[in-house]
Amino acid sequence: MTNPTEHNHGEDRPSVTNPETVARHAEYWRRNIRYLGMLLVVWFVVSYVCGILFADALNAFTLPGTHFPLGFWFAQQGSIYAFVILIFVYVKLMNRLDHEFDVDEGASS
Amino acid sequence: MSVQAWTFLLVGASFALYIGIAIWSRASTTKEFYVAGGGVSPLANGMATAADWMSAASFISMAGIISFTGYDGSVYLMGWTGGYVLLALLLAPYLRKYGAFTVPDFVGDRYYSQLARIVAVVCAIFVSFTYVAGQMRGVGIVFGRFLEVDVNVGVGIGMAIVFFYAVLGGMKGITYTQVAQYCVLIFAFMVPAIFLSLMITGTPIPQFGLGGVEQASGLPLLERLNGLNQELGFAPYTSGTKSTFDIFFITAALMAGTAGLPHVIIRFYTVPRVRDARISVGWALLFISLLYTTAPAVAVFARTNLINSVQDVPYASVPEWFTKWEDTGLLSFNDANGDGRIQYVGPDSPMTNELTVDRDIMVLANPEIANLPAWVIGLVAAGGLAAALSTAAGLLLVISSAVSHDLLKRSIMPQITEKQELLAARIAAGAAVLVAGYFGMHPPGFVAQVVAFAFGLAASSFFPAIILGIFSKRTTREGAILGMVSGITFTAGYIIYFNFVNPDANSAANWWFGISPEGIGTLGMLLNFAVTIAVSRVTPEPPAQVQVLVDLIRVPRGAGEAHELNM
Repeated sequence: MTNPTEHNHGEDRPSVTNPETVARHAEYWRRNIRYLGMLLVVWFVVSYVCGILFADALNAFTLPGTHFPLGFWFAQQGSIYAFVILIFVYVKLMNRLDHEFDVDEGASS
Repeated sequence: MSVQAWTFLLVGASFALYIGIAIWSRASTTKEFYVAGGGVSPLANGMATAADWMSAASFISMAGIISFTGYDGSVYLMGWTGGYVLLALLLAPYLRKYGAFTVPDFVGDRYYSQLARIVAVVCAIFVSFTYVAGQMRGVGIVFGRFLEVDVNVGVGIGMAIVFFYAVLGGMKGITYTQVAQYCVLIFAFMVPAIFLSLMITGTPIPQFGLGGVEQASGLPLLERLNGLNQELGFAPYTSGTKSTFDIFFITAALMAGTAGLPHVIIRFYTVPRVRDARISVGWALLFISLLYTTAPAVAVFARTNLINSVQDVPYASVPEWFTKWEDTGLLSFNDANGDGRIQYVGPDSPMTNELTVDRDIMVLANPEIANLPAWVIGLVAAGGLAAALSTAAGLLLVISSAVSHDLLKRSIMPQITEKQELLAARIAAGAAVLVAGYFGMHPPGFVAQVVAFAFGLAASSFFPAIILGIFSKRTTREGAILGMVSGITFTAGYIIYFNFVNPDANSAANWWFGISPEGIGTLGMLLNFAVTIAVSRVTPEPPAQVQVLVDLIRVPRGAGEAHELNM
């Protein structure tokens, strides 16, 4: 079996035997997991918590400035907006992290 | 111009556009056929993914389902968008880095097993065919109602168009056609929504209109609809009837299913870099959310309009659209109390309901119910067709690549040349179009259950296998295969039992923990995770080169283009 990156152009492909690189990649992965954890908590709260588990309780309130019952708004509008924002935040965080750990990609090939 | 003339004009023009794009973007290599050469821009891929994803179910059925079920319909809104967060964070960047052509490619290589590959191929083909059947029903409804042609002829025309651009252009043709189809479908969905929002709430933005005030009554729109619903004996619109527990499980199954659907995943193989794959999921969800945040507004407008225009109206004076939909059999009136008026009431009303409305017709009938101009009605027909055809094409490509690439090239006949593989891919795509056409002309009577099946299956098979393959190096071949098999068997067994073996028992009282067959995929997924992790602990760890592979897909650098792998 050949690994997939062997087919790629680009001289600086990561060497997995260099201990310094291995440690750097491990730290990169740890930070990535931490970002994922944070973002997925928000993902869970806006949909499962606000839109489902506590939707009935939240329906006692309305979204300020509108006539939306709050739980209903989370389930049919708010959670979707939050999902879009979450992905763009993730992209921003990861692009910065890639750069910081020197694992980012060059220009489009 | 009449509605029919406008429909012919707009549908004809959109079809001509798709054919033009197909001729311009022919595929000449397997790489172009499978992943559009791997050079699609993230924005274009986002648009194509949105069209790929938003099917006849999203365009035609979803707002209708929400319209009739109110809050309960939220499972589709959250489930079918929240899955993209999982896709962006947990799957797309790593699968892009891996750089294969298909989903079984990844499963087979990561789990160093032909058996795993074959299990994945079978799942991919099954999921895709069940989905295609649903699209064809959508095509049939649009043709039957708006062009007043025979449904079989309609399906035939739709198949011919898909055949042309999918077989000729492969992923390349499909991608650029889908970009055009997204534009057609979103325009077609938004125009009537804006008209309706203006008419009912005086606000041009439907998302705001939904939380606004109904002009006719001066009451908040949602409060007014809750009142109307209760007056007629339905559950209040904003609270629904399903149990919270079941809503939770259905939403989770739809989210994980969305993230595990092969025709969506392969779209992220078509962009040049890992960072493009990430942002591309963001664009896709942004484009999707435009329709998904508008649909709940359309649902409320449609319901308010429907009640206002038919409730207690003498049957003799119903509008023209009413009789036209009666002709299709999707709307029917039975004067139970013989007073010559339409009583549309819910289960809690002392009166007998006399009107049956198929929820699939709400979006299509909406512009007519609201008396919108003829061209808007034609536009909605073109939009519905764009949604159905774009998704059908994406699914057909998954089927074709599963046969020509995973089954032939990677399993049975590894010695075939690229030219032969490309030919096989085209033949497989052509055969898949014919099978899909057959389903369209003879739709199975259980399309809705079958689609739930597809999501449950994707959630309980691919999703855990791919996630663990990336996030846990220790996951072994034995663990993944047993996990997939137990997840699928459990989920399929539950769904088949309640839908086909013992449909009479299909009620909350008999369900395990009150979980409906639609939501059981979540339990199947948890079972898959548990089995995979447990078995992986007691089996020999994966070979060193597989662990190296996992390390490599975790960092973006060196992704290059999607390419062929040699094991």
